[in-house]
Amino acid sequence: MRRFLILGLACLLMGWLPTAQAQQASPDDSAALELLEALDVSSYPAKGEAITAILQSDDERARDWLQALLDGRLQRTEDGRFVIVLDNSGRNWPVEDALTNESLGEMSRRDLNRIGINNALRNQLRSAIAVVDLYSPNVDRRRTSATRLLGEVDEELAAPLSELIAEEEDGQVQRRLAQALAIYQVESGQLEGVEALRGSLHPRARVALSRAANGDDPIVADAAREALASIEQNLKINRGIETLYFGLSLGSVLVLAAIGLAITFGVMGVINMAHGELIMLGAYTTWMMQQLLPGQPGLALILSIPAGFMVAALVGIAIERGVIQFLKGRPLETLLATFGISLILQQLVRTVISPLNRTVVTPEWMSGSLVINDALSLTLNRMVVLGFALVVFASLMLIMRRTRLGLEVRAVTQNRAMARSMGIRATRVDIMTFALGSGVAGLAGVALSQLTNVGPNLGQNYIIDSFMVVVFGGVGNLWGTLVAGLSLGVINQILEPWAGAVLAKIIVLVFIILFIQKRPRGLFPQKGRAAEG
Amino acid sequence: MMTQSSSSQFWLTRPLGERTTQIFLGVLFAALLLVTVLHLAVPQGHPLYVNAYTVNLFGKYLSYALLAVAVDLVWGYLGILSLGHGAFFAIGGYAMGMYLMRQIGDRGTYGHPVLPDFMVFLNWDSLPWYWYGFDMAWFAFAMVLLAPGLLALVFGFLAFRSRVTGVYLSIITQALTFALMLAFFRNEMGFGGNNGLTDFRELLGYNLRSNDTRLGLFIATGVALALGYILCRAIVTSKLGRVCVATRDAEARTRFIGYRVERFQLFVFVVSAMLAGLAGALYVPQVGIINPSEFSPLFSIEIVLWVALGGRATLYGAVIGAILVNYAKTVFTGVMPDAWLFALGAMFVLVTVLLPKGVAGLLIRRKRQKHDERASTGEASA
Amino acid sequence: MSFLQSLKTRDRVFGFMAPEASPVDVRHGPILYLEDVTVSFDGFKAINNLNLTIDDGELRCIIGPNGAGKTTMMDIITGKTRPNEGSVWFGSRHNLLQMNEPEIASLGIGRKFQKPTVFEALSVFENLELAMAADKRIFPTLTARMTGEIKDRIDEVLETIGLTALRYQPAGILSHGQKQWLEIGMLLMQRPRLLLVDEPVAGMTEQEMERTAELLTGLAGKQSVVVVEHDMGFVRSIARTVTVLHQGSVLAEGSMDQVSSDPNVVEVYLGADDEEAA
Repeated sequence: MRRFLILGLACLLMGWLPTAQAQQASPDDSAALELLEALDVSSYPAKGEAITAILQSDDERARDWLQALLDGRLQRTEDGRFVIVLDNSGRNWPVEDALTNESLGEMSRRDLNRIGINNALRNQLRSAIAVVDLYSPNVDRRRTSATRLLGEVDEELAAPLSELIAEEEDGQVQRRLAQALAIYQVESGQLEGVEALRGSLHPRARVALSRAANGDDPIVADAAREALASIEQNLKINRGIETLYFGLSLGSVLVLAAIGLAITFGVMGVINMAHGELIMLGAYTTWMMQQLLPGQPGLALILSIPAGFMVAALVGIAIERGVIQFLKGRPLETLLATFGISLILQQLVRTVISPLNRTVVTPEWMSGSLVINDALSLTLNRMVVLGFALVVFASLMLIMRRTRLGLEVRAVTQNRAMARSMGIRATRVDIMTFALGSGVAGLAGVALSQLTNVGPNLGQNYIIDSFMVVVFGGVGNLWGTLVAGLSLGVINQILEPWAGAVLAKIIVLVFIILFIQKRPRGLFPQKGRAAEG
Repeated sequence: MMTQSSSSQFWLTRPLGERTTQIFLGVLFAALLLVTVLHLAVPQGHPLYVNAYTVNLFGKYLSYALLAVAVDLVWGYLGILSLGHGAFFAIGGYAMGMYLMRQIGDRGTYGHPVLPDFMVFLNWDSLPWYWYGFDMAWFAFAMVLLAPGLLALVFGFLAFRSRVTGVYLSIITQALTFALMLAFFRNEMGFGGNNGLTDFRELLGYNLRSNDTRLGLFIATGVALALGYILCRAIVTSKLGRVCVATRDAEARTRFIGYRVERFQLFVFVVSAMLAGLAGALYVPQVGIINPSEFSPLFSIEIVLWVALGGRATLYGAVIGAILVNYAKTVFTGVMPDAWLFALGAMFVLVTVLLPKGVAGLLIRRKRQKHDERASTGEASA
Repeated sequence: MSFLQSLKTRDRVFGFMAPEASPVDVRHGPILYLEDVTVSFDGFKAINNLNLTIDDGELRCIIGPNGAGKTTMMDIITGKTRPNEGSVWFGSRHNLLQMNEPEIASLGIGRKFQKPTVFEALSVFENLELAMAADKRIFPTLTARMTGEIKDRIDEVLETIGLTALRYQPAGILSHGQKQWLEIGMLLMQRPRLLLVDEPVAGMTEQEMERTAELLTGLAGKQSVVVVEHDMGFVRSIARTVTVLHQGSVLAEGSMDQVSSDPNVVEVYLGADDEEAA
């Protein structure tokens, strides 16, 4: 199979390279039809030759044809015309003519015959497209194809490749091609390749080097080992950064989940066990929005931010007015009553919507990842959530520090009786605080819907963790919550690789239980008279 | 006056002189006797016949009642809302389960003479050290009390020493049981992981599947409940009990008049944990399985609801609550399982908001009213 | 405290060597001695270089404007708050800074809080029973019996505080003034050497105030009493020596007349309501 591929690539490079950059316009359609006709045969080797022929034809539509063939979208109608299917997801497919590119409207799948390929052809096609793409004016295409060449370069490709490297304008493509060449060099036992691969983090480069390290040539092997060691070092740093990133991401989720709790607990001394369910409602609001706005997941997500806040805040107000206000000064009873509410809310969602998980679509601008290097790529959705958590935190800080509500909240926190005698309506402050804390839980739910499955148990999974964050950070201190949440997230991620996810969680819980012994009031305790409860 | 006369007795037997304890024990033993008679003497098919399944169910309720009494001791009298008492219950249950596992001997599916089935399944070649001794009944039964007691001692020592109380304590007890649940779910722990311990055969040589053993376990649980109740009652009516109430209502004040509050808390907490362990040990042979779900925070908080519904700080209220809620659960899950969580949630809300003193509170209020009526008529005549 | 320390004071190791009456050594001077004590909360100095000496059997009143550090001072003496600097001695033997609250209480320092805190769910009788000086370890408490001697002692105190008729009522139903007395009664049950009384007459009627004044002056001599109070009339009626606190340190000390004529005091404290001071 591999030989076959090399054959294909070699043919194509010799015959096609010199003229590829100056593509000729409007080739003759009958010649093109002939090329495609050659594909519609039953023998796979014959199809392989046909592919090579297409590459050598200099036809500017060659890439589209090959891509369509690879995707199974190159098809033939009953009357023998070659068409490219533009979208094969529905019942009727929009198609265009493969030769003229003119749209032929929609066709039923039953009227079309796909031109089949096998795995060997698939590989050949991928490499072929990669080579074609190296000459594409589109930089992204050149980058992708250069990456694809890593580990695929052979003797005959090596020479033209060095020329290409010299001509390439984009630095990234240049580096990639150089690496591809170097891997070939290492594999063929040349010392200079080892040097070039020293900084590379790509797995292919490492495979080549470790092969060389066990090779016959002692000089090359030594150099390869040395290069591998430095790569390992580099990888370790990258893994560290990755762990930190995942830790911060988990931490940001914890902060989002806990910060609403910190507000209600800190200000009202109230443990709201239904907080997790408010998070869940926020997540379901996102799902609901996406159901209402099909096809626009991004817009739905953005609209969910205010909507999730409002839904959770309203439910929070209902909880405060309906239950908590009757339990003033009885924190343990409040805990039990709100736990009852959490059971009811969970069961309500199970009955009304479904006990099964719902999937919330991640909009395009949030999916994918930011590639830093070969060993490190940061997923975008986590980054957005991290940023979102920080924005929410900053806004809460602003509300607490700069607004009248914040002032009143702080006054009530410190001395309820005194605040009341100064004309602050403590009841109103309670409602507003509870609404704010619950609303933030809703926001946490919106964010969480982008990271995990949305189900009735969503909130339950976060409630104990959130309490731990609040207790760890110190009650009534938003900074404490931020620091505690982020550090617990990072600690958890650091422990996970060697302890396993469950054990890591247990260790963190035990750590917090022990920590509370040492500092019963958390990382940042309130001091002085206010702390005497 | 009664307090004066009875207070000169030996502390442990002091409750026997009390009216409430006498009534409680009377009702309990009458119920035990009634069920026994209806099970043994009434012919099958007769409408009053109590079948073995129901006896078993009642036995389960009674072990829950003992657990509730243990929770009431710390919550009602000491003011410590433990959301982790299920952990002590489960540990007691696991201790009993380990004994029952070892009793299976070579009759397991894999027929290994020593290793329980799940260990054979996991390809373990020897027994972990903490399983040693559980083939001996006396050791296992001691562990039923000591293992939860030790956990409570260590945890309570750390918590009370640094004065972690109130909602903080509730939260970390919940975290404790949550952490234990996660731990027991792991196969590597050596407690059967997900499936827990099951397929028990006999206890002290009695076949667990026979109806007579079930009746025996039911009666044993009833007696354990009676003894546990007397012990708790003796504690709460002693001066130590009054120190507990004082701690509950004004911890700092109690400290200032010279009591080492944290030691009293620790003592009562450990006693309560041991009782919970005993309840778990009686529960396991009756339901035939122990698995990590007993550690779930939901179960622990449910226990608190039983106590709240029955009425805090009365002990007998805890028993009433445990039986009522669990009976309701049996009925609901049979008829409409989906509604149970709604009912449970609603109970949490309604009891805390509308019925803070629970069912016992209603009973006491009625008694008071009668008493007041009598007092006022008495005054009028005098 | 620690085992080593208890070895150093041999009278504690060998029971027969212990002095008969009280472990407090007042042969060499005052019963309570605070030197250069400083406490700060978040940078705010609640107590600043405070020096205070109370003699055995003395009745001392401490006055001062709000925030002068009166309550914090009480907290330090009873072990609730730890000072950043300074030393606090009970007699010449006990360093209070090395002891916790129950230890200090069992030494014979009793405290009545600003806000009366009694055990509301327990009866008046039981409140006094718990407060009584006794073996307060766990098992003795569990097995404790009610003897005639103890009953007599409780009855005696009930008589002193005038709550005999209410002995079996839960303390929660008592009036504010009655709670204050019950608290003083609980202090008396401990047979303390030193009583710290925080605002005993707040919220009391004129008559209740008189009774309280009687009660406190009756105690002095047998016990040392430190009273923190706002009510100038009350202070005048009981005080022999008055200490004025201001911003966490002593501003003036002396008889009521001396203090109220001190220009500093008049300026910071009494100046506000001259009439009452004059």
